[in-house]
Amino acid sequence: MSRMLLTGNGAAAWGMRLAEVDYLPAFPITPQTEIIETVAKWIDKDEIDCRMVTLESEHSMITAAGAAAATGVRVFTATSSQGLLYGMEMLYTVAGWRAPFVLVNVSRGLSSPITLEPDHNDILAARDSGFLQIHCATCQEVLDSILLAYRLAEDERVRLPVIVNLDGFYLSFTREPVDIPELAAVSRFLPPFDPENIRFKASEPVSQAVAVLGGGPYSYFRYQSHLAALNAASIFDDIGSEFGRIFGRTYEAVEAYRAADAELVFVMMGSFATKAKDAVDRLREAGQAVGLVRPRLLRPFPAAAFRQVLAGKKGAAVIDQNLSAGAGGILHGELTAALYGRPNAPNILAGFIGGLGGRDIGPEEFFEMAAVTRKAVDEGRTPPPRLLYTEGELREVRTLQKIAGIT
Amino acid sequence: MSETKFQSLKDLPTSHLLGAGTAMCAGCGGLEALHGIYDILGEKTVFINAAGCMSLLSVYPFTPFRGSWLYTAMASAPAGAQGVRDALDILLEKERIGPEDDLQTVVLTGDGSAYGMGLSATSAAIERGLDFIYICYDNEGYGNTGHQYSGATPHGARTATSKGPRGFGGHKKDLFAIWAAHRPSYVATVVGSEPLDLARKIEKAGELKGPRLIIVLAPCPTGWDYDPMETVEIGKLAVKTGVWPLKEYVDGKVAHTRVPRKRLPVEDYLKKQGRFAHLFDPHFQEEVVKEIQGRVDAYWEEFDG
Ligand SMILES: Cc1ncc(C[n+]2csc(CCOP(=O)(O)OP(=O)(O)O)c2C)c(N)n1
Ligand code: SF4
Ligand SMILES: [Mg+2]
Repeated sequence: MSRMLLTGNGAAAWGMRLAEVDYLPAFPITPQTEIIETVAKWIDKDEIDCRMVTLESEHSMITAAGAAAATGVRVFTATSSQGLLYGMEMLYTVAGWRAPFVLVNVSRGLSSPITLEPDHNDILAARDSGFLQIHCATCQEVLDSILLAYRLAEDERVRLPVIVNLDGFYLSFTREPVDIPELAAVSRFLPPFDPENIRFKASEPVSQAVAVLGGGPYSYFRYQSHLAALNAASIFDDIGSEFGRIFGRTYEAVEAYRAADAELVFVMMGSFATKAKDAVDRLREAGQAVGLVRPRLLRPFPAAAFRQVLAGKKGAAVIDQNLSAGAGGILHGELTAALYGRPNAPNILAGFIGGLGGRDIGPEEFFEMAAVTRKAVDEGRTPPPRLLYTEGELREVRTLQKIAGIT
Repeated sequence: MSETKFQSLKDLPTSHLLGAGTAMCAGCGGLEALHGIYDILGEKTVFINAAGCMSLLSVYPFTPFRGSWLYTAMASAPAGAQGVRDALDILLEKERIGPEDDLQTVVLTGDGSAYGMGLSATSAAIERGLDFIYICYDNEGYGNTGHQYSGATPHGARTATSKGPRGFGGHKKDLFAIWAAHRPSYVATVVGSEPLDLARKIEKAGELKGPRLIIVLAPCPTGWDYDPMETVEIGKLAVKTGVWPLKEYVDGKVAHTRVPRKRLPVEDYLKKQGRFAHLFDPHFQEEVVKEIQGRVDAYWEEFDG
């Protein structure tokens, strides 16, 4: 094992390298591009035995990725925001092929307005696609999650593609020390891809992805994918512990930080959760019993794990780094559905929207969210979703509008 | 390249490899051609299909193909071929399969996909030198959705979205020229009613490497509005009137494989099809027919020199 200072993108490239990927269909997009450039450099220097092809779009890239996986090789690909949406038709399609491969998405806010900085509306647009989703908060987790993702995707009880998500800029371009496991140890955890009956070859002709007529067979195959995705929940727990035994880092579907004795918790996904951790420490210093709960696995939705860690809590502040226009935060809705009517579930789930387009969430805002949630608990009434925004930010926009001559 | 196996009609296979009983319409010109194509390419193939009529060839749990099949989406069949081809190459290189398990990757799409939505994926596949065969069955419209006009619809044709008195106002895109401009290994036009010409071209395509692209004129009784039994005749008339030039591009040069010296008037072709009936009834739209004839004449004058 060696230790390196790596960006999130660098860690993603290392994850794919250690997985001994056969094939990488690619297309550039900020902030993902560093991943494919890193891999291209390794290929050019003959350091890895992988074939890389740049397609003309993400739609084609995801098609090629799915088709290659359906032919029986180990495939990796990566994209971000507009690219993920450009390929959306094929996300659903290749998931339906039950083609196991790993796609890294480097989250970035969606147009319009166009921006480079992160939030989770891109990845959440793929929520129902059939891809499983693992969300990362550190560079180490990015590397490790890619190995977990291959184990999960290729498991014969699952056989679905997996997206590993990391936040643009905050993780993609931030250097952190990362343990690089030995290849031999990785091979023990992740043996070579055994495609079994996933293949195209002359001696065993097969039709894949054929049409169906009517809702009966259609529902059958859709349900099959759903059930396979559900299988992935307990398999994730198993391989997360196995990973811990081999590499010393155990991964659970839901991370709980100082949550065991907490009255209130923040619930957040991705790298911004590290800001929440910091806020938890400060709130604890101020005498408040607050914790953090962070789903690593978003698909399958770790409902059982959530119920367990949230049991007995008085309230939760669900901070969504996404916005479903006209509704609110997506995680908030999902969590509410998982907890509603369950014994011991918190009475209050207060929804907050923050961190859109990379907007920071400051410590004082975490304090405010804790206060709002506590008040809601005391009053026994769930408040409407709050959009985090400061007077200072509004003043800034007003200034810009003045410069633009808008009154 | 070896001399063709197909010297005369009697050299053509006498029984078909592609199974019967599919959901295609009676008299489908695309299916007619596909039979001829499949007989020659054979079962060591994987057909990578885009959305269109032919997507209904393989409907769970049946398929008429003895080889393999992958349905993709409307825009990206060539990218699917890229993934399959690359994966097969990797499996061969890393000796996870033997050479006997290799497959010819064949893209099968309609014109709507080939001329429009899938054009950028095709262009890129050619530019990457992908080793594949592309079969476009050109029924000159979005057939599967009810025959609306596409980039391949000819001037004057009535379609579900060009029902006015003059039919479709645009002109058929020259996909052959667009594909050939990429300088692939091979481009050819064929029609099912000229089976010998078709067999020779598919034979040639099968022997070459790299991007090989075939446009099949696919008379379509349903979309073109004629009696299914006329499919062969209409295909022959498309050639005899010069409306559908049979040609190939190889080594940077375009050559015609059939030059109709005494071209029949385009009316002979148009009058057979309900989609052009409004040009003759209730009154003869001379200027539209003249325009169609003029374009055909201009094409052949250019090639006759
Ligand atoms: C992205 C997308 N848009 C639209 C469709 C609907 N659609 C299915 S088949 C088809 C027509 C395809 O036309 P063509 O390629 O000429 O094939 P044909 O139907 O004529 O065989 C269309 C528009 C689709 N499947 N996918
Ligand atoms: S609509 Fe035309 S192309 Fe489609 S199956 Fe029927 S005859 Fe063939
Ligand atoms: Mg068509």
